[in-house]
Amino acid sequence: MVIAAGEPAPDFSLARAAGGEPFTRTDLMGRTTVLVFYPFAFSPVCTDQLSVYNELLDEFRERGATLYGVSCDAIWSQRAFKEQLGIDIEQLSDFEPKGETCRAFGVLHERGMPERALVVIGPDGVVKWSYQAPQLAELPGANLIFDALDG
Amino acid sequence: MSRGAGSAPAESASDFVTKLATVPIARAPPGIHDPWPCDHAGRTINHPVSDLTSAPLPPVGPDDHVRGPDGAPLVIVYGDYECPFCAAAEVRLHAREVRVVFRHFPIRSSHPRAPAAAHAAEAAADQGAFWEMHDLLFADQGRLEDPHLWDRAQRLGLDVERFDADRRSDRIAKRVKAQFHGGVRAGVATTPTIFVNDERYSGRTAVSMWT
Repeated sequence: MVIAAGEPAPDFSLARAAGGEPFTRTDLMGRTTVLVFYPFAFSPVCTDQLSVYNELLDEFRERGATLYGVSCDAIWSQRAFKEQLGIDIEQLSDFEPKGETCRAFGVLHERGMPERALVVIGPDGVVKWSYQAPQLAELPGANLIFDALDG
Repeated sequence: MSRGAGSAPAESASDFVTKLATVPIARAPPGIHDPWPCDHAGRTINHPVSDLTSAPLPPVGPDDHVRGPDGAPLVIVYGDYECPFCAAAEVRLHAREVRVVFRHFPIRSSHPRAPAAAHAAEAAADQGAFWEMHDLLFADQGRLEDPHLWDRAQRLGLDVERFDADRRSDRIAKRVKAQFHGGVRAGVATTPTIFVNDERYSGRTAVSMWT
């Protein structure tokens, strides 16, 4: 099950699809982070979770929060996915060692991909709120993130 | 066993929508692994609204567009004019005795012309022709560039200059955004999302439920 509110974020390392240094626990400090764990890059959706969140990036920014998409896909897949969706949300890859960060956050599905989950981490590195969809097919709305940020 | 891939002749977007509207959308056949654990995968994703909702669905108000027989069941649709599933749901809703409220939920990244189309519908509304424009937009989702919008306005006998100024106005942008945000707060996460008696149906379910 996804890491609970009140717990400190674990140590982890994710490759940035955009390149550069890995994204680690240190990057969480001093600002609010929203990790959006999703099962796979590319899915036959018309408008999906990340596309809806992308429409609201200004509002997340106003609340001082930065969103990241996290999956076990390779960075090249994530880059292509981001480009295909036409979104600005930075993508982080848990490809090698595969699923290690997902496991640390309690969201590694038995089939080797992330559960569909949201984790909001405060500037102190402590989980402020988390949510795991009871079924992978359920799309948690952006409203849940706003509630967590505003609450 | 056979998935019959690849041999179908090319079809136009409107053929595709017509087909979507008439062919019942089934779940993945038994035995075929569905690799896409996401929306539109034929899975039922309706859940109790209270679970994932931050605010009640905005009540029907003066900015809403309503059509259908008085006394018929009310359905509230959150849709996007460039979304083929929305067009399919629209065709199916037409065939039913329901009273429809349509609210805008344009997703720019997936559908770059959806915001412009939503603004066009609202600009037409200001000249009393919301549903006429709405129908023309859904009737031809492949033609949503500016000249196509002007052409529709002209065909509807609107004042095209005024239509064009209105659709680019802050006033209309705000109206569309307010509908989008109202939907977000009520838990809308994909299109189409249809509310019937406060029950939410999303994605493929919102299309196939009308067959």
